[in-house]
Amino acid sequence: MRLPLSWLHDHVAPDLTPRELATRLAMTGTEVDRIDHHGVDALEHFVVGKVLTCVQHPDADRLRVCTVDLGDGGEPAQIVCGAPNVAAGQTVAVARPGSIMPDGTKLKASKLRGQTSAGMILAEDEVALGDDHAGIMELDGTLAAGTPLADVLPISDTVLELEVTPNRPDCLGVYGVAREVHAATGAPLGAPPWADDPHPAGDGIPGVSITVEVPELNPRFTARAYEDVTIGPSPAWLRARLLAAGIRTINNVVDITNYVMWLTGQPLHAFDLDRVAGGTLNVRRARDGEKLLTLDDVERTLDPDVLVIEDADGPTSIAGVMGGQRSEVQAGTTRVLMEVATWDGPNMNRTMAKLQLRSEAGARNEKGLAPEQALEAQAVASRLMVELTGATPVGGTIDVGGPGAAPQVIRLRDARVVSLLGAPIDRATSSGILTALGFGVREADDGLDVTVPPFRRLDVTREADLIEEVARLNGFDALPSTIPENRTGFPGRLTPQQRLRRRAEDVLVGRGLAEAVGWSFTEPALLDRLRIPEGHRLRQVVELENPMSEAQSILRPTIVGSLLDVAAHNAARGQGDVAIFESGTVYLRHGDPAQPLADEHHALAALVTGPMSPASWRGGTGPLADVFAAKGLLEAVAEALRVELSFKACADWPFLHPGRTAEVLLGGTRVGFVGEVHPAVAAGWDLAGRPVGLFAVNLEQLVAAAPEVVAYRDVTSFPAVRQDLAVVVPDTVPAADVAALVAQVADEVRIFDVYAGEQVGPGKTSVALRVAFRAKDRTLAEEDIARLRGKLVKRLEKELGGELRG
Amino acid sequence: MSTTLDRIAALSDEARAAIAGAGTTAALEELRVGYLGRKAELPNLLRGVAQLAPEERGLVGKAANQARKELEALIEERGSTLAAGELDARLVADAVDVTLPGTPAQAVGRLHVLTATRREIEDVFCGLGFTVVEGPEVELVHYNFDALNHDPAHPARGRSDTFYVRRPQSVLDAVGPDPAQEVVLRTHTSPMQPRAMAAQAPPIAIIVPGRVYRRDSDATHTPQFHQIEGLAVDEDITLADLKGTLLAFARAIFGDERDVRLRPHFFPFTEPSVEVDVSCFQCGGTGALPRTGARCNLCKGTGWLEILGSGMVDPNVLGMVPTGEYDPERWQGFAFGMGVERIAMLKHAVPDLRLFYDNDLRFLAQFG
Ligand SMILES: [Zn+2]
Repeated sequence: MRLPLSWLHDHVAPDLTPRELATRLAMTGTEVDRIDHHGVDALEHFVVGKVLTCVQHPDADRLRVCTVDLGDGGEPAQIVCGAPNVAAGQTVAVARPGSIMPDGTKLKASKLRGQTSAGMILAEDEVALGDDHAGIMELDGTLAAGTPLADVLPISDTVLELEVTPNRPDCLGVYGVAREVHAATGAPLGAPPWADDPHPAGDGIPGVSITVEVPELNPRFTARAYEDVTIGPSPAWLRARLLAAGIRTINNVVDITNYVMWLTGQPLHAFDLDRVAGGTLNVRRARDGEKLLTLDDVERTLDPDVLVIEDADGPTSIAGVMGGQRSEVQAGTTRVLMEVATWDGPNMNRTMAKLQLRSEAGARNEKGLAPEQALEAQAVASRLMVELTGATPVGGTIDVGGPGAAPQVIRLRDARVVSLLGAPIDRATSSGILTALGFGVREADDGLDVTVPPFRRLDVTREADLIEEVARLNGFDALPSTIPENRTGFPGRLTPQQRLRRRAEDVLVGRGLAEAVGWSFTEPALLDRLRIPEGHRLRQVVELENPMSEAQSILRPTIVGSLLDVAAHNAARGQGDVAIFESGTVYLRHGDPAQPLADEHHALAALVTGPMSPASWRGGTGPLADVFAAKGLLEAVAEALRVELSFKACADWPFLHPGRTAEVLLGGTRVGFVGEVHPAVAAGWDLAGRPVGLFAVNLEQLVAAAPEVVAYRDVTSFPAVRQDLAVVVPDTVPAADVAALVAQVADEVRIFDVYAGEQVGPGKTSVALRVAFRAKDRTLAEEDIARLRGKLVKRLEKELGGELRG
Repeated sequence: MSTTLDRIAALSDEARAAIAGAGTTAALEELRVGYLGRKAELPNLLRGVAQLAPEERGLVGKAANQARKELEALIEERGSTLAAGELDARLVADAVDVTLPGTPAQAVGRLHVLTATRREIEDVFCGLGFTVVEGPEVELVHYNFDALNHDPAHPARGRSDTFYVRRPQSVLDAVGPDPAQEVVLRTHTSPMQPRAMAAQAPPIAIIVPGRVYRRDSDATHTPQFHQIEGLAVDEDITLADLKGTLLAFARAIFGDERDVRLRPHFFPFTEPSVEVDVSCFQCGGTGALPRTGARCNLCKGTGWLEILGSGMVDPNVLGMVPTGEYDPERWQGFAFGMGVERIAMLKHAVPDLRLFYDNDLRFLAQFG
């Protein structure tokens, strides 16, 4: 809401600079986005002048050379002027060199085609008084030369741009803001501009009838009529105010509706009464598919949730939002029907959203205005119609619906003020604040009985709302800072799951990975880029109804795309050695087709490509990261969480290398994968040429399996016997099977070498393991070890077709 | 007899001089073998004592033994001295350029600055007695708006502001046309307020970190960002408690000298509602830079930085909790919501929100 200060000062004039006023408003709940200067600056250079002579410019057809008396006692100024209407004898507005024009440029003396020009004779658009540039302004001839122009014309103003919160539509009108300023500063508030209603009494207008079919959506509809209207431009003061407020000026009648809306917060609409067919207006729901050409020249298709105002020939307006062209006021209009009505806010909001049509009127109506405001606006409009258009009222006021419900009275208890705020506000202070805000106040035993004015009816309905009013105007500076006592019975803490999630992330950070935070959104094409086939679970993505773009139209079903994007982003910037992870949510449609929410889980995924350690002065770099690098990272995470994972070769993920991928199992349940990105997929992200190691797991499942409390195990009383074993098995046996079998008789099993070649024979692999033999209750003797090894030999033979060779 | 004793004395003198003159541990070892070794003269004299006349035995044996012990001690002592010197010399020769980097080069990982900031905030509120709860990002309109007292006409509900999720026919069939069953990407972490209150009787003190979504994209808005919501409800929690809690938070994050101020505002789910400003840590709240006196660019000369929105929980929100355990006549409390990006941007002077989501390694390496 743009608030010209000169307009505010009609009603309240606090002794504050614009900045001080803005701060005071901000501290009482109305944010000021910007303080804007409207119009010209360096006002001392703008004066009234008298054109003494005016002759054709010798070298330019369209220019005249004038001499102008500026009333400064000196020589008349020579000014070159391009306006066709300039003539000797005129009283004009002049900007002298040094003037600062509305666009911020400073006027200088200059030469135009060889003739000096010491200033400028002004057209109205040059001082932001209108958009007319057809000719210069001619001023009242009785004005003396040298009179400061600012005394005559509103050429300069300061405008506050207010951010009005949605609960305060009363502050979408200048007088409403004035009331707020009055309460915030104590400066006296003038009487409401609608205090006197000059319109003739009476409840009818000859030849006009109004009906409302939907009173629940249109609680009040008022109309007044005028004849002898002369359409023309509005006076300069009115145009200046509208322009400063950011509203285009059209003609006096339309300008009046806009001016009154800006003043009262209540939208109005003027019909050309002669073009209201049958003199009847009816408010009804639109019919499905009904069409209407609105004032912005767009044909709109309507439905029954949209309200229209129709005359005998059909719809003329979209109620509360925008008029139609058929009954628009125009140059020849002489009879005007002024409509001021109250509409259901949510319906207005839906209508604008549906039609993708917003207007200043709609923006006010959607907040839900008070029916009482309708006649306030009629009263102000009535006075201006008579004054500015020469109109004569016809009949009285048609009022369908009447004022709103009787005002609510709410008790404001002193005790409640203290208990909610933590500090008291004395009753007299509260009473003063509420009175200034327009509330009625009466003393009660334990506080105040407060009557809510109509313009706050929707916003203030409970005691807490009153407490907010007194608190915000009383200010929060005096409020103490206290810490509440925790009586929940629990200390503040993370859950074990949250702590373990941090632990998992910290392990990867400790391994040198950088954490990335990707987008939850992704493009549907990602699924193709990852070569995910139709019918795959990862295709059951959550789709957005109204994405910002196709590239952000689904939620990611996996973090893989995010990590590949980050890797590609960095590779394209010369940072191709990437070791990153992300810990975040992934989304799929719920497995239960009736469940509206998504299947979300917290995933952990890492991507590594390039040397595992940078080049060293001692020679060489680490090996290139691959499936084992990724697996090492995942194993570190599992180890840290104390969960036991197992890995099985698996080719279920079409974006992974089919021979270098394992599914990750936790107690027989698949929780993710580890592998290398399929080279064809990697190429799609310009990451081809080197392996890209990757793992992704459902972190929630890992965390759920992690022990919360670890019980002590005695591993020091009886020392273990450490040995290296060499096991030879057929090369079809996975190393993990060998290790698992050995782990049934020994502890701390670790594979430290794998060999295939002549020494073990064709079709065989030798796996070397370091193990610890240990018993709970004694130190193992030579013969115990021999027995365990014997057991191992038998089981290797039987279960894996292998043998122990050392 | 005297010849033997003389011989012992002569040998000792000779050996003492030789030991003192030995230059290396190797030369010393040769001397040890030469004077005290199996074939050396002195041990042989000692071994030959038995053949001497009885009156000589004691004297010669004693002299030879004494001489041997003395020489052994001298060799030991000289040996230590020589060994120490030789080690010193070896170590000097073994010097390296200690300014070369350690090996293998250890990559240092980093948490993303948003995670680091979120954790820091979580830890502060854990210290203040709050527990951390989380909820779904794909959320029902009911929890995201209705249960938070959002007016049905509130523009935030509109499709221009909020992401709506397409519901398959099977869901539409199951839930019918009820608008509260529409599904959105949560626009704040506040839906966990009603969810948590339905799950836990008062008193309650929680914070809710998480990702949220709004249809906005420019230098100061990304369609996805992170929020931390707070909620504390008890019989006697006041606005002053909110002020004190957020003051403690602001000091923990931005420094012990910070102050906070409350400015009235409007949010549908709190009443009264306030925006909270923290005194600017760049200019100390003066609005002017200490040395030059120039206008502070961080707070734009106001001395204050807006950090979050908050207020006393609206009685309607409490009254709507379906368990009925939050009777607004008995229970009251505060709620607040802050943007993690905003806190991180202020704290680390990050100029553009979009940098957080570019994940450029050079950016990531600077924080966490
Ligand atoms: Zn500052």
